[in-house]
Amino acid sequence: MLPELGHFTLILALFLTALQAFFGIAGPALGRPRWSAAVIPALAGQAVMIVTAVICLEQAFITNDFSVLYVAENSNSALPLFYRVTALWGAHEGSLLLWILLLSLWSLAVAMRSRTLPEAFASRVLGVLGVVSFGFLLFTLLTSSPFARLDPPAPDGRDLNPILQDPGLAVHPPILYTGYVGFAVAFAFACAAMLEGRLDQAWARWTRPWTTAAWAFLTCGIALGSFWAYYELGWGGFWFWDPVENASFMPWLVGTALVHSLAVTDKRGLFKSWTLLLSILAFSMSMLGTFLVRSGVLVSVHSFAADPSRGMFILVFLAIMIGGALTLYAWRAPLLKSPAGFELGARESFLLFNNVLLVIAAATVLAGTLAPLISDALKLGTLSVGPPYFNPTFMLSMLPLTALLSVGIHAAWKRGRLRDSQRALLISFVAAAVAGTGIVFGLYARGSLISLIAATLGVWILISSLVDPVDRWRRGLSLPRAVVGMTIAHLGLGIAVIALTTVQSFTVERDIALSPGESAAVGAYTLRFDGVQPVEGANFNGIGGRFVVSRNGHPVAALNPQKRQFWVQRQVTSETAITVSRGDNILLALGDDLGAGRWSVRMQIRPLVSLVWLAALIMAIGGAVAASDRRYRTARASVAAPSGAAPEQA
Amino acid sequence: MNRFLLPLGIFGLLVVVLVIGIRHSPEKGIIASPLIGRSAPEFSLPALMQPGGTVSTASFKGRWYLLNVWGTWCGECRNEHAMLLRIKENGAVPLVGLDWKDDDAQAQAWLAQLGNPYESIGADRSGRVAIDYGVYGAPETFLINPQGIVVFKQVGAITEEVWTGQILPRVKGQGSR
Repeated sequence: MLPELGHFTLILALFLTALQAFFGIAGPALGRPRWSAAVIPALAGQAVMIVTAVICLEQAFITNDFSVLYVAENSNSALPLFYRVTALWGAHEGSLLLWILLLSLWSLAVAMRSRTLPEAFASRVLGVLGVVSFGFLLFTLLTSSPFARLDPPAPDGRDLNPILQDPGLAVHPPILYTGYVGFAVAFAFACAAMLEGRLDQAWARWTRPWTTAAWAFLTCGIALGSFWAYYELGWGGFWFWDPVENASFMPWLVGTALVHSLAVTDKRGLFKSWTLLLSILAFSMSMLGTFLVRSGVLVSVHSFAADPSRGMFILVFLAIMIGGALTLYAWRAPLLKSPAGFELGARESFLLFNNVLLVIAAATVLAGTLAPLISDALKLGTLSVGPPYFNPTFMLSMLPLTALLSVGIHAAWKRGRLRDSQRALLISFVAAAVAGTGIVFGLYARGSLISLIAATLGVWILISSLVDPVDRWRRGLSLPRAVVGMTIAHLGLGIAVIALTTVQSFTVERDIALSPGESAAVGAYTLRFDGVQPVEGANFNGIGGRFVVSRNGHPVAALNPQKRQFWVQRQVTSETAITVSRGDNILLALGDDLGAGRWSVRMQIRPLVSLVWLAALIMAIGGAVAASDRRYRTARASVAAPSGAAPEQA
Repeated sequence: MNRFLLPLGIFGLLVVVLVIGIRHSPEKGIIASPLIGRSAPEFSLPALMQPGGTVSTASFKGRWYLLNVWGTWCGECRNEHAMLLRIKENGAVPLVGLDWKDDDAQAQAWLAQLGNPYESIGADRSGRVAIDYGVYGAPETFLINPQGIVVFKQVGAITEEVWTGQILPRVKGQGSR
């Protein structure tokens, strides 16, 4: 009976979100505060219903209830309990339920903090969130209910896709989705402000922590996905420009722009209409990502259970939500006035460039992602767009961005006299150029112009990131968490730029043939082959190669890549061996038996690749620290008493 | 002209592109498979109906065949079975079964009861081969040409329309050349 209960609670949740949306938006519009008072009870109700639905589905997974179609398709009685729990979001229907659950939890979090917001505004924000929840619940109930029954029940389930039987699955989707869904909050704040026709600096201050938190989750989720693909799936790379990866990367780029634009709106009251637009765009990109993944218009390694009718539903929903928000924007944004201007060399200019470059980057990724679709529709033939397009176009907008970051952070707000900081700029640039060249030639003894430029820019970010905190420290000012978080995130970016440069420029990949006892030099390492030996496994037997990797005559690691033959299906798989030495990620794969004891082997050396993920994690931590700044929590006091009657901070 | 209308205009264009994308995406229910136009993944599996024998893709090279993924646990497969028997009777293209994550004894009993439409059946007990083929649900059927290239994929049961409209024309069109 529990699956029916789950289905029923989802239907109830649908009605409650409709109430939440109606009362939330109509209450302030018609001046009925008592309607608005019903918003939070409706929200609490839908949250309880959705949590109940999730519990019902989990119960079906845990008890192996294969009369539920979704469970029969994605679980198996032999599956360990941990994966039976995580299998909930192993396919389309369950992921959608997870989406809805997370949106509900974000909405609750906003409601709990809503006491610092004016009542009418809070009502509108929760109302808009209600509209989003309603749309996704309707989508689930009409096209993809996870509670559909299977009659007669399957004797056993079809099992979770083995690729997904990994601890990575447990953490990657929920964290990524938390980020995706979190942008709905910024979207709701933007819509509420437009409905009200008023947008001030306090608005930006309310929106900032939510946006930054969502951004931090998204950063972390993307990094985890990339890490997981590299280590577990053995795809041999960390980023593939796959449509689904792009779907998570586009909201990240726009979200990054939004975080910066909000800073300007908060501090200086500028960029208001631009910030509004970015708030809408960031969430639009999340929705577009959902559309691309679910509709099957693009074929990807990630697409599961794509269905054109689902795609049409999401598209209509997308058109209503985003189209509605953009119409509201076209109507309201012209009314927003910026109170003050700024000079060309001021920090505002650099943040504007930052925004423009990030949006351009997102647009180029979007164009590349949709290009196959467009060329197919126009019958220009099937087009495959891959790294040869994405890598250079992305770098074209990212290199200027990193350079502008370092210059811009030296600039003061409002006043555009870079001359004041000319010396600091010059010194830091020279230091960065020396260190960058040092890294490239010191570690790898060779380098192209582009690797030198990129490494220099990376180090320059590291140095420039410290400008703000050092300046504050010298002037005896306190270091608020917002500044600490920003500094951490920028340091993370600097590390990422350096790591990406070394990976892109100095990865060595070679196929070699070796007889036992022979050695070969690969990059800075020497690979010695000691022969092969048979290996036995539970359901396979195979051959393991014995290799020793050494550097300058000192052994670094003994690696044993294997070729396994599974005896049931006679399928041969290759188990790569990975080790890390001095930041280099060394990957060894056993190739073919060339006869007479000779074997082919592939060796890849990726310098500093682990730093890419570490850097992303550092950025996410920076975001989390910034989002927890006290300043955002005491926003009400500063709004209620603009004359400074109440001290904002101790 | 209001410059704030520009985002709405761009979004409108994007929606048009996406609508065309959906319209253009293959017929309803058919998921474009990355495999179409590529070589069918090779496999060699224990034969379900001949103990000790194997079924491998190598033995089908040089002729058309339908690779049908099924299992006794799959309700829709039972509905599809009558159609498969008609395809066998027609004789235009042989059926090769991929018994997916199934119990051999149950599968043999099922065929004894309902009739066996397959020329040969591989027992994919752990589901590895199905993963190679990107199978997401049974039944699923791949049409493979004499060069070993996947030319068509049907997700869900083969219906009369799919058989006469999609599969037969492909086999016939190629065969007459």
